[in-house]
Amino acid sequence: MARALATTQTTLLPPGKISVELVVNGVETKFDVAPWTTLLDALRERLDLTGTKKGCDHGQCGACTVLVDGRRINSCLTLAVMKDGAKVTTIEGLATDGALHPMQQAFIDHDAFQCGYCTPGQICSAMGLIAEGKAKTPDEIREMMSGNICRCAAYPNIVAAIQQVMGAS
Amino acid sequence: MINFQYTRASDVSDAVRQIAADPTAKFIAGGTNLLDLMKEDVEHPTRLIDITRLPLTKVEETATGGLRIGALVPNSDLAWHAAITQRYPVLASAILAGASAQLRNMASTGGNLLQRTRCFYFYDTATPCNKRELGSGCSAIKGINRINAILGTSDACIATHPSDMCVALAVLEARIHVAGPGGERIVPFADFHRLPGETPEQDTNLDANEIVTAVELPAEGFARNYTYLKIRDRLSYAFALVSVAVGLEMDGTTIRQARFALGGVAHKPWRDPSAEAALNGQVASPENFRRAADLALRDAKGFEHNAFKIELARRTIVRALTQASRGTPQSQSNKKIA
Ligand SMILES: Cc1cc2nc3c(=O)[nH]c(=O)nc-3n(C[C@H](O)[C@H](O)[C@H](O)COP(=O)(O)OP(=O)(O)OC[C@H]3O[C@@H](n4cnc5c(N)ncnc54)[C@H](O)[C@@H]3O)c2cc1C
Ligand code: SF4
Ligand code: FES
Ligand code: FES
Repeated sequence: MARALATTQTTLLPPGKISVELVVNGVETKFDVAPWTTLLDALRERLDLTGTKKGCDHGQCGACTVLVDGRRINSCLTLAVMKDGAKVTTIEGLATDGALHPMQQAFIDHDAFQCGYCTPGQICSAMGLIAEGKAKTPDEIREMMSGNICRCAAYPNIVAAIQQVMGAS
Repeated sequence: MINFQYTRASDVSDAVRQIAADPTAKFIAGGTNLLDLMKEDVEHPTRLIDITRLPLTKVEETATGGLRIGALVPNSDLAWHAAITQRYPVLASAILAGASAQLRNMASTGGNLLQRTRCFYFYDTATPCNKRELGSGCSAIKGINRINAILGTSDACIATHPSDMCVALAVLEARIHVAGPGGERIVPFADFHRLPGETPEQDTNLDANEIVTAVELPAEGFARNYTYLKIRDRLSYAFALVSVAVGLEMDGTTIRQARFALGGVAHKPWRDPSAEAALNGQVASPENFRRAADLALRDAKGFEHNAFKIELARRTIVRALTQASRGTPQSQSNKKIA
């Protein structure tokens, strides 16, 4: 099992596959990956969770944003093996019993997307922002959401959607 | 991405043992710089040693009234830490001026110190670059050098160090705690990063087999008169063209002690003792600020596309000193420059 992973050079593992355990959207998942598999590729290609998008693959766009142990991160710049044992929430994990999460509903209410490619990342990032509790004003929301680029420029509507959820909570 | 082996370090001495045993291994912390460079084939370690589970995640008081920040404290946690926002607000401000909320959640204190330059040619493996491959030449000197350095450059390299956090650490005169096969040592911040000289492949004076364990802040935090002013092409999520961190000790309108450092202009955060000394004992006035700025930039040298940085740096220094002396530091959310 991955947590018993080799920690000294005398027991170095071959560069084959390493077993990883993640709790993804509340479901315990165990799978083998090559060490160079990013969390993003593991989610999309091993777990078929293609809601999380790959925009740049270099930390420059935010399309790959997911929550790991409740914190928003860029899943393209971390390795799946490094997150062994973590709880991961993706866009697929937000709705409960077919009912949209209030943040998803707010994005629809405010028309906060056009093509939708950045949207899963925007919504996960917004969830992280609310959990952090640092941004209060529109200026602060804009600044703390700057890691999510929207090529369709839905920015004013994204801010309005986040404000709706903040007002309700 | 390139292929590599992956191991975890169980404690600091195990990390040092593992890195010393394999010259082609690298530590990985947040991964935000290293994995990016591995995807570009700029870095190609054959083994990654994951140090993220080491117990270097605390912010602790020191016996001398300062703070000891573990190398694995995430940038975001550090920026919001009460002791930092209250006692070292210039550090909090500089961190929040950098990258994005997601990246700051991932980036570690140690990794931020050791992030590599964003010089376009360093990233482009089809072009010569002395930092990537010593002796191949520097493509930036006669190339697209808009983001490159104006101070402390050499004929071998004109790269800048891209960190915002480090500019504040330079003003605070932090001390870097490192551990290696020969034991532990402490490096003053000014001696941690290097100028390029003839050896631009080395960014810092950290030995290949050493690990950064902590960053220590002395007691003086300049909590009253400080600012971090960052000028960039877009207002957020962009590296600095020029940035200035300031810490002043004021006595009414007189400056008792001045410290300021520049980011985005050199291979390391840039301080100039003579420019700072010119402010000590002087009244906080536009003329005195301009004189200090001129002194700090007296040896500045522009290249084809970045000569604008000299005047930009001059104005940014004056503005930052004004903000700090008035006790009105730059906000990192409302981007209006007061
Ligand atoms: C799109 C983007 C925008 C960014 N914008 C900014 C910005 O505006 N301002 C800014 O300052 N930064 C910015 N950054 C850079 C970011 O701050 C750095 O990538 C980050 O701080 C690196 O930390 P890390 O823990 O992820 O390092 P890693 O990528 O894990 O490591 C970086 C290097 O440090 C070494 N290392 C890590 N920890 C240790 C240790 N404890 N001891 C010895 N060696 C160690 C690694 O071996 C590696 O060589 C940006 C990054 C991206 C991707
Ligand atoms: S400036 Fe430095 S990093 Fe950039 S091309 Fe020249 S040698 Fe390489
Ligand atoms: S895909 Fe990760 S930030 Fe763009
Ligand atoms: S909705 Fe198209 S990129 Fe944001």
